[in-house]
Amino acid sequence: MSGHSTFQPQNGIVKWMERRLPIIGLAHSSFVAYPVPKNLNYWWTFGGILAFCLMAQIITGIVLVMHYAPNTAIAFASVEHIMRDVNWGWMLRYLHANGASMFFIAVYIHIMRGLYYGSYKEPREVVWILGVVIFLLMMATGFMGYVLPWGQMSFWGATVITNLFSAFPIVGDPIVELLWGGFAVDNPTLNRFFSLHYLLPFMLAAIVGLHIWAFHEAGNNNPTGVEPKDAQDTVAFTPYYTIKDLYAIVLFMIFFVWMAFMVPNFLGHPDNYIPADPLVTPAHIVPEWYFLPFYAILRAVPDKLGGVLLMFGAIAVLFVLPWLDTSKVRSNTYRPLGKQFFWIFVFVCIALGYLGAKPAEGGYVIASRIATVWYFAHFLVILPVLGLIEKPKPLPNSISEAVLAKKGGSAAAAE
Amino acid sequence: MATSEKAEPTRRDFLYIATGAFGAVGAAALAWPFIDQMNPDASALALASIEVDLSSLEEGQSMTAKWRGKPIFIRYRTAKEIEEAKAVDVASLIDPQSDEERTKPGKEHFLVQIGICTHLGCVPLGEAGEYDGWFCPCHGSHYDTAGRIRKGPAPLNLELPPYDFISDTVIKIG
Ligand code: HEM
Ligand code: FES
Repeated sequence: MSGHSTFQPQNGIVKWMERRLPIIGLAHSSFVAYPVPKNLNYWWTFGGILAFCLMAQIITGIVLVMHYAPNTAIAFASVEHIMRDVNWGWMLRYLHANGASMFFIAVYIHIMRGLYYGSYKEPREVVWILGVVIFLLMMATGFMGYVLPWGQMSFWGATVITNLFSAFPIVGDPIVELLWGGFAVDNPTLNRFFSLHYLLPFMLAAIVGLHIWAFHEAGNNNPTGVEPKDAQDTVAFTPYYTIKDLYAIVLFMIFFVWMAFMVPNFLGHPDNYIPADPLVTPAHIVPEWYFLPFYAILRAVPDKLGGVLLMFGAIAVLFVLPWLDTSKVRSNTYRPLGKQFFWIFVFVCIALGYLGAKPAEGGYVIASRIATVWYFAHFLVILPVLGLIEKPKPLPNSISEAVLAKKGGSAAAAE
Repeated sequence: MATSEKAEPTRRDFLYIATGAFGAVGAAALAWPFIDQMNPDASALALASIEVDLSSLEEGQSMTAKWRGKPIFIRYRTAKEIEEAKAVDVASLIDPQSDEERTKPGKEHFLVQIGICTHLGCVPLGEAGEYDGWFCPCHGSHYDTAGRIRKGPAPLNLELPPYDFISDTVIKIG
């Protein structure tokens, strides 16, 4: 890892260990001495918050598995058993179910942070790509988790999402049967989803490790987008950012716990408290809120394959974003046009989320189409063109200069 | 070492490549059971066929049977519905199929189909939609009185299960 590894063990046991497995030194240089730009704002705390979310999901998940049964005959009843009989079961389940939502709130903010400050640009392309992989794995995990309680939304969500693959010519139907292990979503499907729902979070943890490794190699981006020039521009991760991250995590926990205890079903759907029935589809099926923007894109297209391709394309385009944005300036703070288009993009994403929850008819469909076109245009037209025509504001010479100009006013900066 | 000419492939190169290729084939062969185990198993394939007695159905009534985990829509169509289905210009359809192709000769009043929307698999509602047939509320697909897709994102007509009349009023599906 880059930076000044100042680790000089004094303790005999630590010295003995360092000679054999330098794991304490690695932790020290990664999370203690690791130099971080001194001007990170609170949007940067969402990385730590995400790490907390992943741990919370793994811990609550492992204890839920001690009581849950992945069999269509008893899955629904076993979740009710968790809710009613198991000691603290209601709390563990509500923490896990709402924890998934918290995880997605945090990841969406984290992604938007990256978009605003240009954190995907050279030399952080691999950091960004690993982030998109994490996002994909999270979606797969969240989707399969939602199937486990085997309610109506579980069943029909699973049916609709797995059927997406049937849109592909020739290979489509065999893939869907491979996913189902039968001719409809049924017990084999529930079993394998359970197995994968248990596995994927650990794969996530591994990719998170690579993600951290990658940005420790490139160094953190910061609100100015200007790379640190000397030791004046950075501070050590511990104590400065350990404490800042922890403070943000505590605030986040307050919100999380409020959701889980006060409005635990607000983000859920009442139909999922009806046991799955393969013969009756609920009148209005919607996926979990965090899939809604993509669902809106799917439904905006009147063609089955086209809708599926655009929906996957909406994520695929994120992978190539580092090569689409032509601007040399990272941070939108210094991009007068980039900033405005960023906020329009945020609005479009929220609008897609709203439209995804509405029935696919009339004005909603038209609005979805406009928003879908804008979503893709943002990446494929606006960002490439903007970098060529926009005149950015002058960049500060260094992080320190930017900080002084902001904090001390002109007097300090003038010198 | 001034020679820059390409070295002739040696016996050792050949052995490396042959070993590698052998290993790759072996790995692929080993991977297959791990993938194929996910496909429908023997119990799912045991093509359970079912017999359904239609004698209780009156004109204008429908029933739903369950076959291979899927709903089977059976409808005793009214004369008006049959007429509507036949009146359509087949060539103008999204998935062109005549009404005769979707029923059994002499039993045209019975329509037997798999009750799964060909879009993304929801179960459509009967006697609904703009074409008096079926309407899928999930993303708004309209099917006509012969179960043919007329409007919406679904690409195909409702699928027909393999079935035969084994007597005047009993069908065997599967
Ligand atoms: C990335 C991390 C994870 C996410 C996003 C996630 C998401 C979800 C979601 C959305 C549900 C449905 C909750 C409901 O509506 O009832 C669920 C259920 C479940 N999850 Fe997870 N999960 C994660 C990790 C884990 C892990 C690591 C395990 C086990 C080791 C696990 C075990 C379970 C079990 C047993 C259920 C069924 C009980 C229930 O419905 O509450 N999860 N998960
Ligand atoms: S599943 Fe029927 S319209 Fe989409």
